[in-house]
Amino acid sequence: MSSDAIPIQAAEAAGRPWVETLHEWVTTVDHKRLGILYILYALFFLVVAGLEATIIRIQLMRPHNDFVSPQVFNRMFTMHGTTMIFFVIIPVMFGFANYLVPLMIGARDMAFPRLNAFSFWLTAFGGLLLYFSFVGGNGLYGAGNAPDVGWWAYAPLTSRAFSPGHSSDYWTVALLVSGFGSIGTAINIIATIISMRCPGMTLGRMPLFAWLNLIMAGMVILAISPLTAAQVMLAVDRYMGGHFFDTQAGGSATLWMHFFWIFGHPEVYVLVVPAFAFLSEIIPVFSRKPIFGYPVMVGATACIGFLSLSVWAHHMFTIGMNSYANGFFAITTFAVGIPTGIKIFNWLGTMWGGRIQFKTPMLFCIGFLFQFLIAGLTGIMLGTAPFNWQLSGSYFVVAHFHYVIVGGIMFALFGAFYYWYPKITGRMFNETLGKLHFWLFLIGFHLTFDVMHIPGLLGMPRRIYTYEPGRGWETLNLLVTIGAFVQGIAILVFVANLVVSYFKGAKAGNDPWDAWTLEWSVSSPPPAYNFASVPTVASRRPLWDLKHPEDPDSRYE
Amino acid sequence: MSAITTTFPATPEDWKLPYRGKVGMACLIFAECVIFTIFVVAYLFYVGKSLTGPTPREVLETPIFYTICLLSSSLTIHLAAKLLERGRRGAFLLLWLFTIVLGALFLYGTAQEWHRLIYEHGLTISTNLFGTTYYSLVGLHAFHVTAGLIMLSIVLLFGLAGRVWPEQSARVDVLSMYWHFVDAVWVVVFTVVYVLGR
Repeated sequence: MSSDAIPIQAAEAAGRPWVETLHEWVTTVDHKRLGILYILYALFFLVVAGLEATIIRIQLMRPHNDFVSPQVFNRMFTMHGTTMIFFVIIPVMFGFANYLVPLMIGARDMAFPRLNAFSFWLTAFGGLLLYFSFVGGNGLYGAGNAPDVGWWAYAPLTSRAFSPGHSSDYWTVALLVSGFGSIGTAINIIATIISMRCPGMTLGRMPLFAWLNLIMAGMVILAISPLTAAQVMLAVDRYMGGHFFDTQAGGSATLWMHFFWIFGHPEVYVLVVPAFAFLSEIIPVFSRKPIFGYPVMVGATACIGFLSLSVWAHHMFTIGMNSYANGFFAITTFAVGIPTGIKIFNWLGTMWGGRIQFKTPMLFCIGFLFQFLIAGLTGIMLGTAPFNWQLSGSYFVVAHFHYVIVGGIMFALFGAFYYWYPKITGRMFNETLGKLHFWLFLIGFHLTFDVMHIPGLLGMPRRIYTYEPGRGWETLNLLVTIGAFVQGIAILVFVANLVVSYFKGAKAGNDPWDAWTLEWSVSSPPPAYNFASVPTVASRRPLWDLKHPEDPDSRYE
Repeated sequence: MSAITTTFPATPEDWKLPYRGKVGMACLIFAECVIFTIFVVAYLFYVGKSLTGPTPREVLETPIFYTICLLSSSLTIHLAAKLLERGRRGAFLLLWLFTIVLGALFLYGTAQEWHRLIYEHGLTISTNLFGTTYYSLVGLHAFHVTAGLIMLSIVLLFGLAGRVWPEQSARVDVLSMYWHFVDAVWVVVFTVVYVLGR
């Protein structure tokens, strides 16, 4: 099994006109190139959404600030949330899944390569549409430009009367289009994992990364489809004079909330399950031990996926549901803590007694374990209905979900970037810069989001564009803003590391981490069609078997 | 790390996984089911909540004949796919054409009903909640029938050009899965709109 047998790419790459290279990238159906396109696209929007967050934080730095107008402030938090969820984290997770799933299961491409390209370009087009609203949102009425209705776009804010012009339409159509792209990719991931595994790769031998992405894809279908339906209804309301969410004609604003959160809460798990997938690959390799409790990990994740479908109304405690509904949704929310706890203990069990190497990817994963635990605990606090009545819509909630998304998902994501960077580019990143990134980001993160809980507890509502002095919020908000800038600097270090290492980094070789999954058996970057001859596997760690023929895993599984 | 010297073990003969087309279509159908569920929930949630008329009881007539057309087309497409598998391409084409005719008849029925509702009863999508939910749900289904008919017609054209072979019957099966789904959803829509909703 040698990847040197197909050196076509390298030989042809030299001395071609750039137009041809561009044409190749635009028309590509190769899962690795589409994966890279997804990741680069998401990184671009990460910078855009980060700038929007910076504008929000500068505005809130001190009371009575007038850095931006209230209207612009509304647009900034709407665009920040929408961009981060739909055009940063979903695409970057799809990018990694696209790149790695076929390599890990020993396939030469996804099940439907053209659907894959189609889905990517739909997502890309959706992002463009959303941002085109800055130019085209004015529409006929000369009102507003970018969407300013919040990322969950509650009715009746989105009705024609309160949202004239086309800004909300750009939001609707952008999410609809990228939603179709997401469903397409999810179908592709499932079909790939079910139908394209290499010989011997039974479901029980798949890397956990593949398992968790299979569950993630199933949840994408379950979560994005309701959103698609709700967006169609909203479009019917806005363009055909329908009454789905029109309270004047007997429609219900609450129905939109239900539909949105039936999407919205599973969506959180759609984002975090791939983060679990990264951890489940990185922690064993840097602990030099196989993953602890493989079947339980799969079961716990499936359980999280199942439970996540029945928790959505914990976002809606304050609308006034009856006590049975409150009780039900509080209990299901607490129940999610059980499988999540199982997973955290399994990762700790993997590290327990291992020879842990504190390389950059591992540092980010350890950061994840601590921060995700705290995020889960504040989640349980907010899942308690009476507590929620007090703090819903406050900065405590903002701090909680940023703890999940930044402290959890983003940390795992950075770990994944460092872990697979050598595979994708063929170069090692700079370890010193990587550690600098980790520590700066860790400090900035805790400064911002630990502190942010306190103004929430003191009663600071979210989405206000400014506040009165003398409520004890000033110093705290200033600290939060300083932390945001520290995170910004850390991101610059990260980007600089990626760019510089691409040109100057040491050659990585096939397997710089001495890892055990199939992607490390091919050259870095992997050749077109991945495997010269399709591998056959006999255990969960095929490369361990190859490296240690005297003591293969297959003897014990 | 040290270079890998050993090769992977040889491929076992009996390694067989499900056909990716079927898996993909099953996933698509799953996604469609979720979308239809949301529309059905909205329909049921708004039954009897319209502030003005017309109401379903006043204007809806149960489309029994066209429902029979659509449901029996599931049978014809199933038989057609079976015939193709056995290599009887002529009979396959005939039944395939018959499926398309049945589907088109159903669509004609929907069009006729909409025409009657709009011109005789003045019910449009913006009249009241019933209009909004009715046209959305039935329209969503009609859209799926239309999409299915276009795909079926493409296969028919290929078949008439002599390009559909028994070897491709797995692909025809995938399309037939979709058509069965469209029919099954109609059972739900029919029950919700014409039985429960009145």
